[in-house]
Amino acid sequence: MSPSRGATALKVTEAVPVFAALADPTRLGLLGRLSTDGPLSITRLSSGTGVTRQAITRHLYTLGEVGLVRHTRRGRERVWELDAKRLEKAKQFLDTVSAQWDAAADRLKAFVEGSEPTGKH
Amino acid sequence: MVLKTETGTDRIEKQLSIRAPRAKVWRAITDVAQFCEWFRFKLDGPFVAGQTVRGNPTHPGYEHMKVEMRVEQIEPERYFAYRWHPYPNDPKVDYSTEPMTLVEFMLEETSEGTDVTIVESGFDGIPLARRAEAFRMNDGGWAGQIKNLARYVS
Repeated sequence: MSPSRGATALKVTEAVPVFAALADPTRLGLLGRLSTDGPLSITRLSSGTGVTRQAITRHLYTLGEVGLVRHTRRGRERVWELDAKRLEKAKQFLDTVSAQWDAAADRLKAFVEGSEPTGKH
Repeated sequence: MVLKTETGTDRIEKQLSIRAPRAKVWRAITDVAQFCEWFRFKLDGPFVAGQTVRGNPTHPGYEHMKVEMRVEQIEPERYFAYRWHPYPNDPKVDYSTEPMTLVEFMLEETSEGTDVTIVESGFDGIPLARRAEAFRMNDGGWAGQIKNLARYVS
């Protein structure tokens, strides 16, 4: 964070456009929709939001420019989805948490089966 | 030994069979002293529905990290649920800004002992904060993304 540390400062500076892209409630909402329901067309993304298709499109391009989402074709339709690389990160995180639960479950089993039946501590 | 594991994007589910009566398994999970022993946490109070307990992991290297567990529901010998910030495994991340996940323990009596199901859910609620974490991890996809971005802005 310190300006004297060039490498770190550079990274933070480079990250600014991404955070700027995130700093909008409509765009955050779009990312949320895409993360739970995506990939989705602009029609689906704009329905029920009270925001025009044009505005949604603009927001999607803003997110796309910083690598958060991208569009692909599904048949004749253009659909938007979260960037797969980011999803890989999320999956890696879940795998880590899952492995930790495996270890915790094993410890619970060993703890209960190994301790005295009447033990309170 | 975990019998079954299911991992989608929103939830992690584990099932295991324990050769012990349900009452004993229940105590191991909901008596804070016992929980702390196998979970490797140190916590400041008992589990009471609606209340938050605080503490830290006792696992070497993680002792300095703050843990909060908000107990949601306790149904004796059957169901125990709390919310927390998913496994705080990175000391550089401020987890307090993220929504919490829900952790549930479900107990069922069997002829051989007790079946325990552990579910942690709500991960889909936290992708944005995780993105911030990904920024701090200077490897993999995001390093490339940031380079692309730097090229784009310059």
